[in-house]
Amino acid sequence: MRKLAFVAPAWLYVAVFYLYPLATNVRMGFQDFTVTSFYTGVAPFVGLRNYREVFRDPAFAGTVTNTVLFTAGSLLLQFGIGLALAVFFKRNFPLGGALRSLLLVPWLLPLVVSGTAWRWILETDSGVLNRTLLNLHLVSEPVPWLASTDLSLTAVTLVNVWVGIPFNMVILYGGLQAIPAELYEAAQLDGAGAWQRFRRVTLPLLRPVTTVVLTLGLIYTLKVFDVIMVLTQGGPADSSQTLTTFSYDLSFQQLAFGHGAAVGNLLVLVAVVFAIGYLRAERRTP
Amino acid sequence: MKTALGVSILAVMLFPLYWMLNASLLPSTELIQPEPTWLPIHGTLDGYRNALQSQGGHLLTSLYVALGTVAVTLAVAVPAAYGLAQLGAPLGRTLLFALLVAQMIPGIVMANAFYVAANELYLINTPIALILADSTLCVPFAVLILHAFMRGIPAEIREAAALDGASSLRALRSVILPVSRNAVITASLFSFLFAWADFLYAVTLTTRDEAAPITVGIYRFIGAHISDWNSVMATGVIASLPVAVLLVVAQRYVAAGITSGSVKD
Repeated sequence: MRKLAFVAPAWLYVAVFYLYPLATNVRMGFQDFTVTSFYTGVAPFVGLRNYREVFRDPAFAGTVTNTVLFTAGSLLLQFGIGLALAVFFKRNFPLGGALRSLLLVPWLLPLVVSGTAWRWILETDSGVLNRTLLNLHLVSEPVPWLASTDLSLTAVTLVNVWVGIPFNMVILYGGLQAIPAELYEAAQLDGAGAWQRFRRVTLPLLRPVTTVVLTLGLIYTLKVFDVIMVLTQGGPADSSQTLTTFSYDLSFQQLAFGHGAAVGNLLVLVAVVFAIGYLRAERRTP
Repeated sequence: MKTALGVSILAVMLFPLYWMLNASLLPSTELIQPEPTWLPIHGTLDGYRNALQSQGGHLLTSLYVALGTVAVTLAVAVPAAYGLAQLGAPLGRTLLFALLVAQMIPGIVMANAFYVAANELYLINTPIALILADSTLCVPFAVLILHAFMRGIPAEIREAAALDGASSLRALRSVILPVSRNAVITASLFSFLFAWADFLYAVTLTTRDEAAPITVGIYRFIGAHISDWNSVMATGVIASLPVAVLLVVAQRYVAAGITSGSVKD
């Protein structure tokens, strides 16, 4: 079949570049895979030992908590602010379209670059944020945004919110455009105020789009790597470590590839659970 | 009124980028003054000189890797999209679904496995490894966008070419591809940007500084010269240039890519 010749490379690509790595990582999670494995080619199967050791790692519990807080905080704020901006930009006003497309610029920049810019802004001694807070007498001494174990997770979460706002805004803006204007007119005739129109018309009709944005947002947020690495590298003392950066740290810093793979597999598991929930929700909505 | 509010929102959102540009033009001595300098009036280009000197090689590597990624991505995605959209290849929905799901595999999982494979194949520190790894960020998006576009091309166009004796491959090359020009440009642009911005594969698959692309160059540069914010920020500005150029030159294609859905992780 000639048709098959055109799609065969893509199938092969899926097998070699997605299925094979995924299978490799699942397998490595059950192997004692260390740096010597690369030289000797030997990585004995050890059952669930990697998982037991990872669970017992003193950094693990904190990492899970961080991942939940980072993900929940990012999703909530990205979505809230993205929705507010989408509603704002939906009204027509001069230059609205141009401003809206310029808002996307931060989204297109390499995250390493914007992360570096934020690191400079949040710098304890000469960063502009602390300078401004000090000048306004809002704080009495510089705040160690990235250098304190209490604040680092909040700081990386807020920067990640900044990264995610444009994505949320674009998709939600598209969703808002699809709501027929007559519905708002009818609601207005029935005496519904602005807030009621938002609650009774916008939110229910936006639900399918909301599900998509939040599920994709969740899967993307679990994968966030660049922002955390550039800002804090998961530190200080693992205070901003998430499962993704933890997996990197285990594999590529501590060279315990079996452990890193085990944590990676946990991430896959979480993503699969939510993806299935998402597909189910998708099927239920007509 | 609303425009003023919109401009303020934009100013807040873009402030980090302005602040990077500002610092890239200010001498380091001025950056550590207690009062921030808001406008780089007495600017310097020293940062850019340092940046080009230390990061020039990384920029070239990034350029090479990004172009290679575009080539690999198109080589896989164009025939696939054509086969699915125009020739009705079997299991089309399954392939699209597989690509959609593949996009969701956490990058760190892929990086782990790619590192092992690249090590076995002696590809660590080579652009080939980065090109192949980066293409996994691009192929799903490229197939989806090309498929969406090619599905809209009337079958009669291709059938007319077939009546004239053109093979399926010939029809792709001389009829479908020229018609799909915009979609191909959009797919290429985004592939270029994804590969240019990649950090995870770059930091895991390169161990030697000479082999590293610009994202890793910046990352290691901050590690080594944390006090020299002027040069660090100049490097950041230079690394953003391709994005800026593409935004200006190809704005409508970027817009097309963004509206076609969830394109960046």
